[in-house]
Amino acid sequence: MKASLKLLLAGTALSLVAGTVSAETLRLMTWGSYAPEELINKFEEEYPDIVVEVTFSNNEEMIAKLRATGGSGYDLAQPSHDRIFSAQQEYNIYKPLDLSQIDTSVMSENLLEGVKANTTIDGEVYAVPHQWGTSGIMTNKSVAPDVTGWNDLCDPAYEGKTSMRLRRTILLGTAFGMGMDPFALYDDPEAYQDMLDQVTEKLIDCKSVIKTYWTGGDDLAALMLSGEVVVSETWDSTAYKLFGENPDIVFVPPETGALAWIDTFAIPRGGEADDAAYKWINFVMRPENVEIMSASTGAIAAVPNGIDLLPEDKRAAVQAAFEDTDLENLKFFANIPAGIEDMEGLALERIQAAQ
Amino acid sequence: MRSDTGKLSLILLMAPFALWIVLLIALPQFGIGYVSLREKVGPGEYELGFANYTAFLGEPIYWNTLLRTAWMSILVTFLALVVGFPVAYYIAKIARKRARAGLFLLCLIPLWVSDLVRAFGWIVLLRETGIVSSSLQWMGVISGPVELLYNDITVIIGLVYTVVLFMIVPLVSTLDGMDDAMLEAGYNLGGSRFTVFRRIIVPYAMPGLVAGCIITFMLTAGSYLTPILLGGKNSSWFTEQIYNQFITRYNWEAGATFGVLLLAFTSLVVWVGLRLTGQSLATTVAKE
Repeated sequence: MKASLKLLLAGTALSLVAGTVSAETLRLMTWGSYAPEELINKFEEEYPDIVVEVTFSNNEEMIAKLRATGGSGYDLAQPSHDRIFSAQQEYNIYKPLDLSQIDTSVMSENLLEGVKANTTIDGEVYAVPHQWGTSGIMTNKSVAPDVTGWNDLCDPAYEGKTSMRLRRTILLGTAFGMGMDPFALYDDPEAYQDMLDQVTEKLIDCKSVIKTYWTGGDDLAALMLSGEVVVSETWDSTAYKLFGENPDIVFVPPETGALAWIDTFAIPRGGEADDAAYKWINFVMRPENVEIMSASTGAIAAVPNGIDLLPEDKRAAVQAAFEDTDLENLKFFANIPAGIEDMEGLALERIQAAQ
Repeated sequence: MRSDTGKLSLILLMAPFALWIVLLIALPQFGIGYVSLREKVGPGEYELGFANYTAFLGEPIYWNTLLRTAWMSILVTFLALVVGFPVAYYIAKIARKRARAGLFLLCLIPLWVSDLVRAFGWIVLLRETGIVSSSLQWMGVISGPVELLYNDITVIIGLVYTVVLFMIVPLVSTLDGMDDAMLEAGYNLGGSRFTVFRRIIVPYAMPGLVAGCIITFMLTAGSYLTPILLGGKNSSWFTEQIYNQFITRYNWEAGATFGVLLLAFTSLVVWVGLRLTGQSLATTVAKE
């Protein structure tokens, strides 16, 4: 809540500044830090007739906002790769991409194919990759050196000193930690519910160990840096940022595999500036701009040498966290079939409400 | 002729109010009511029915959260009354005329900062590495850091702090109109301090007291930020359920149902409260 409100304010401020020139407007809905001021200025210099307006959001809000307007109000959105297929089927909020307008040759082959496979409906492609990263565990080595996976979040040894975000990622991670494979159960709702029940029970028991649920990157950073929390679920990019301030705080890919997400580019159905949107996509995927973007986000660009284009401190953090075997063991989020999110939502509410 | 201009000016005067009521209150409520009656039968397919309401009754988490929210809101209202009454009495009856405006202003000052900032103020004070915990350690009262956030007591403190002003304002304006002669008469007739309080002050203040209770109760039951930010892992506030349904579960039908239920339930509590105190809306919040 805290982070999203802040971002909202920041976004409003930006749009006020940007709205002063009359020109074509690119209304971009993206994640916090995915539209650094430096890149926006550079883009507007190169294309003086385009003004960029940014709204910061997250996966759920992006879908909710686009659903409310039937896909209008924004010209480019950046949902994660697994959140497009069912949202498009159910609410019809995106339009197919014209791939000839996008320079896909700069994108890393396997990520591009993966995203295409995830977001193709009736032969039309709805998204291309932008950046990727993982969810896993962050630990403060000086206090908790032996952390290896999701189960450590519920280890009584760290009672009152662990944290997690109460969203679907933690359900999936906990399931992997318990030796199950949720993605393999996606097509079997009954088995999935059974798995969710076990995960719910585990996470309810876990409530006595965890300190609180974090809700945004700032929140998590404050908990970790103050030492109030020593082990937490995290986005890797947040962990890399904290590594710069306290080298004891490292990202640990869980032994069952870090959960990998790819944030994409998708054009809302009511978008009115497709040209500008394609220009922005091609612009931010250029190597010199990828560096600026990655420095701001801490996530890895979906280009073949993405890790090399990270700024030095973050590259060091990635290399400290990931062995090659960890990279092979990544678990990419699979497309969520309709109905699954509802089951997960209920599980999350049960956990939140349990005393 | 004259009555025509009279009518016209009346219409013009009423127009903004009528538009406000219709466009911003009535229409959205009807919309929410309609959405809550839509049953989802498949992707993009809906039919009318009460399935969302039966789903609410069938899932104990939901109505437990609603009851919990109502019970904690009543507690917050009561505590706000206990805290607010002496303050209001002091401002209206004891403080000198000149000091009154200043005191009233002091009460208003916290409202100049947004709810969000005030909630963060509490977080800075109460967190494990926060000001209260470290000062207690420095004074040697406790040996290790203590976590004061993320529990129901903190939520209640935060809520009382947020709403107490809305209790004080109506109480002050009611008590202000009370003639001191009534109190003197009470004492002269041999009444003790307690009797005077119970038989004269409370009955006189009743309209303001009930108005304050209604406002604080409604504000508390509908609050979102304070319970979420201060409650942490154990907070479950009904407004959060509504947000979850709308945003994280894309289930607008259930979210709308919860909204209708929250409105109906809080209205019921207010109605019961009015009946018990023998007041009506006309004598309290709508008092001239």
